[in-house]
Amino acid sequence: MNTQTPMIDVRQIRKAYGVHEVLKGIDLSVNKGKIVSIIGPSGSGKSTLLRSINMLEDVSSGEIWLDGKQVNRPLKGRQFENHINHIRQEMGMVFQQFNLFPHLTVLQNIMIGPIRLRKLNRAEALDRAQTLLSKVGLSDKGNAYPARLSGGQKQRVAIARALAMQPKVMLFDEATSALDPELVEEVNQVMKQLAAEHMTMLIVTHEMRFAAEVSDQVIFMDGGVVIEQGAPKDVLSNPVEERTRAFLRKHLSH
Amino acid sequence: MSLDFSVVPDYFGILWTGILWTVLITVLAGGISILVGIAIAVATLYGPRLLAFPLRGVVFLFMGTPLLLQLYLFYYGLSQIGIMLPAFWTGVVGLGLHYAAYNADIFRASLQAVDPGQAEASRSLGFSRSATLRFFVLPQAMLTALPQVGNNSIILLKDTAVLSVLGIAELVLNAQRAISETYRPFEFYFTAAILYYIVNLAMEFLLRKAARKAEAIR
Repeated sequence: MNTQTPMIDVRQIRKAYGVHEVLKGIDLSVNKGKIVSIIGPSGSGKSTLLRSINMLEDVSSGEIWLDGKQVNRPLKGRQFENHINHIRQEMGMVFQQFNLFPHLTVLQNIMIGPIRLRKLNRAEALDRAQTLLSKVGLSDKGNAYPARLSGGQKQRVAIARALAMQPKVMLFDEATSALDPELVEEVNQVMKQLAAEHMTMLIVTHEMRFAAEVSDQVIFMDGGVVIEQGAPKDVLSNPVEERTRAFLRKHLSH
Repeated sequence: MSLDFSVVPDYFGILWTGILWTVLITVLAGGISILVGIAIAVATLYGPRLLAFPLRGVVFLFMGTPLLLQLYLFYYGLSQIGIMLPAFWTGVVGLGLHYAAYNADIFRASLQAVDPGQAEASRSLGFSRSATLRFFVLPQAMLTALPQVGNNSIILLKDTAVLSVLGIAELVLNAQRAISETYRPFEFYFTAAILYYIVNLAMEFLLRKAARKAEAIR
């Protein structure tokens, strides 16, 4: 019996665009230090689900909890702004398109959050940024602007930028989908390293092999609902549901 | 009567003073046009509807009527109803606001052109709406707007000549003073034209340098 409070706890969330419901009552929880991957066809709602967790998308109903604090508290206006700005600092987010700040150098990209939001002084922030840069293998790129980096390098900087806030969880929204195949591995390596350090991670991906390798749990979504979830060896190698099987047949064949 | 430029050096002092005032007016009015332009763009894009809508109207009014007429209205028109504004500041602010209207349109488009992913990345880190605008969206919009706003500033430089009608001693008015003493319009207007052109070239040089720097980042 597991009695610990989950790091991420999503309860019956629903989201609709007009009459089109993209999330139809999703439940999901991620315990501290665990890694959960969400797979599924495009349009299944997996990215929307991930973005809902830090409220980049708002939900129609349901509850989202982070480490015992409700993310989507029913607050209004400025109160909600303050609340969400604080709670987002606890959740690192990595985007498919990297979204580095192009007018800032690599180091500035990583330092601006800690300086402005965590109130670190420059020296502390620089120290933290350099540690993270060497962790993602880009110590020599600190003064470069993002335009000078490859996609894989950009994504590694984006991961460092998110980690610099020392978040409780990391959310990855198809972090390697926009990368050339030969650049995927360097980003996967960084994510594996985080996994080894027991970072709590929720990963939306379409890389089955990677999901199988790092995840404690895999969730298969389709049509806005969770079809199947469990250990990677069960969901990916021995799926019970026909829709999961059909999806995997298509995606493992190449 | 033949041309004789030999009288020009005697009036170097007054022309020099004129060009200095012209540059000063350009800097002041240019600064106003950029700051107010940004403020208008931000207010019309993100501000409450009650503010945004009338503001758009004022912007169209400024763009749709001649600068000269606006200056007459502010200076002579307002004095009729007891509001006496100093000529210099009427000219500077009037010119600045006129170009603020044009710049506002450019900043608006540039703000809208910033990738929405930028704001998402900022918000996901925990930055507020206003901090997102200040640290990430606005700086990038300004880089995009730079060439066009720079062009407007060059046009603004040339339009400082209009301020001569308010008796502001910028380059054109000072050239006219020299002409009234020497009766040599061609020589002095021509010299004034060359001086404008030199300032213009300097501005364009700086602008191109800045644009190249901005391009390297994008």
